[in-house]
Amino acid sequence: MYKITRKNILTPTICLMDVEAPRIAAAAMPGQFLIVRARPEGERIPLTICNYDRSAGTVTIVTQLIGASSRLICALEEGDCFTDVVGPLGRPSDFVEMPDEALRGRRYLFVAGGLGTAPVYPQAKYLHERGAKVDVIVGAKTADLLILRQEMASVCDHLYVCTDDGSEGHHGLVTEKIKLLLEAGETYDQAVAIGPMIMMKFVTLTLRDSGIPLVVSLNTLMVDGTGMCGCCRITVGGKVRFACVEGPEFNAYEVDFDEALRRQTMYRPQEQEADHKCKIGRN
Amino acid sequence: MAEKIGRVPVREQDPKVRAHNFEEVCYGYNEEEALLESSRCLNCRNPRCVQHCPVGIHIPAFIAQVKAGAFAEAAAVIARDSSLPAVCGRVCPQETQCEGSCILGVKGEPVAIGKLERFVADWSRANGGVPVEKAPANGKKVAVVGSGPSGLACASDLAKLGYDVTIFEVLHKAGGVLQYGIPEFRLPKERVVEPEIDSVRALGVKIETNVVVGRTLTVDDLLDREGFQAVFVGSGAGLPRFMGIPGESLNGVFSANEFLTRSNLMRAFDPASDTPIFVGKRVAVVGGGNVAMDAARTALRLGSKVTIVYRRTEKELPARAEEVHHAREEGIEFRMLTNPVEILGDENGWVRALRCIQMELGEPDASGRRSPIPVAGSEFDIPVDEVIMALGTSPNPLIAGTTKGLETERHGCIVADESGATSRPGVFAGGDAVTGAATVILAMGAGRRAAAAIDAYLKG
Repeated sequence: MYKITRKNILTPTICLMDVEAPRIAAAAMPGQFLIVRARPEGERIPLTICNYDRSAGTVTIVTQLIGASSRLICALEEGDCFTDVVGPLGRPSDFVEMPDEALRGRRYLFVAGGLGTAPVYPQAKYLHERGAKVDVIVGAKTADLLILRQEMASVCDHLYVCTDDGSEGHHGLVTEKIKLLLEAGETYDQAVAIGPMIMMKFVTLTLRDSGIPLVVSLNTLMVDGTGMCGCCRITVGGKVRFACVEGPEFNAYEVDFDEALRRQTMYRPQEQEADHKCKIGRN
Repeated sequence: MAEKIGRVPVREQDPKVRAHNFEEVCYGYNEEEALLESSRCLNCRNPRCVQHCPVGIHIPAFIAQVKAGAFAEAAAVIARDSSLPAVCGRVCPQETQCEGSCILGVKGEPVAIGKLERFVADWSRANGGVPVEKAPANGKKVAVVGSGPSGLACASDLAKLGYDVTIFEVLHKAGGVLQYGIPEFRLPKERVVEPEIDSVRALGVKIETNVVVGRTLTVDDLLDREGFQAVFVGSGAGLPRFMGIPGESLNGVFSANEFLTRSNLMRAFDPASDTPIFVGKRVAVVGGGNVAMDAARTALRLGSKVTIVYRRTEKELPARAEEVHHAREEGIEFRMLTNPVEILGDENGWVRALRCIQMELGEPDASGRRSPIPVAGSEFDIPVDEVIMALGTSPNPLIAGTTKGLETERHGCIVADESGATSRPGVFAGGDAVTGAATVILAMGAGRRAAAAIDAYLKG
């Protein structure tokens, strides 16, 4: 079960895997995520669903090496199995409830930061297939950290690349590109930002006065991911909400990003220690 | 006369030692102690203990077998009514159920029914278990959602009746609250929970983990696509409740569910586990139920200094008497008539203190308990760097929100009658998903009643 049928190294720190999980592949919708455990002692790690192939019974996940647990995931090879994969979790994006006719011609702006490109892909694809007009801004530190560029280009009308160092596309932040597009007179019915929490915060500040509705997908800490532990709680519109069952997508303008940013650091000392130990173990 | 013998004390790990480990607190009776204790049972003609057992175990009958030294026969008597005796012998609130109604308790101490049940279950497991007795397969498929106490009890009874039963479990391990909620030192996982679940599997019950009913599959999928003729929903309690006071989103504030899931299911107490857990220097646990005791005693074992904060008095503590006693012995501080009003943070957003107000007891409320009222101007701060909220749960919206025609009440609990029947024909429910957070044994009772109702429904 949960066999890795394909592994692609996208960048030195990001890998893509197709994983056998027929029930999840059959049920997954844009906006949802899953949880994996790489080994019997492993943590439950939430990952966004990048793609699903209902006939092959596989789901595609993209993992960035940022700590001990993601190091274990990235160390798995084709033919290896995850100990557990559970999902799809979270609510699908709101637009899956809309009839196809309503989506035709509707203008979407996606803002993807780093690994956030992975969960944007199935959303853009779903909308593109139904005739929506989809523009995507992708941001990365440098050109060689950009992922899924061709895939994304094939499911959108315009793909705008931003790099911090100017090695490709717009030299600068995604928020600057948003401003440039709006100043050029582009209009959108809906914007969606997925990426690091800090990026989503600044995209929200950038779009706040634009009148464009904005959805963000919150990558909070989670344990069970099924509405039991409350680890993923965030404040939205002044109320405590649970990202795992009520999200992960929320109205960006109501999210308390500073609290969400702070809560993400809850286990940082433990994580750093674990990663340190993990590397010692490798050498 | 037999009843002249006092209740046989049970051996336990020294409180000073066990405060630093996750080994089981209570050692249980050995054969000699069990024989002696069983001799105290009067074998009442109208045994009140049986009436007060939510699953109706024939208590005097099994104790009579213990008294005769026929431990395997005793296990067979229990197995007719309970699929989890080693669990129930450890975690049931016996003092308000079987033992609470024991006639010996009127003048002295009741028979230690829980400890005898545990002895029989442990002996049976060590000696090959109870032979499986089940009706021939009837070819009908029933799905059970959740592998906690209600689901396991329902599945066992249905399997014994010849049904083809599959349990769908959302987590990666079967057992529900027995895995994620109750700590190792009270309910050992490998030694007790897993063998007990294996005995349910031995009845032919299939358990599929990592399936989120409501997401991976819906209840409608189970009925329409997967060929199940009835579904039992035993999905358990849901989202943790918080108080709604300022500061609850500070770093260092956890729900007891999160704290315990990390330690129990994910085994964060074990250095070999990859899952982190936060160990505060000084921890306040808010609440007075079993979950509060479990969280407090877990924090203590991880190395924290722990205070339990409860708004009523010791008399009203809803936890099992034994847990409160053990917590005290281990050095947990109790602050009764104390209610948090705010959690104070430092400049980085981490907890630094719990601001509380002193309470006093007023008039009895609807539940008959005297309700606590705040004493004006009595606020004070307890310096802590971790706060664990153990205030119960509200229902998980996953199944109710994705099942057509399934009625819920205003809190979101699934509406089910005494037999477990819901507003949706063929869909039954029981346990915490219906009642809100309660006990293992009440959930098992609900699972058993639903199994009988499902059997009646499918025989039509």
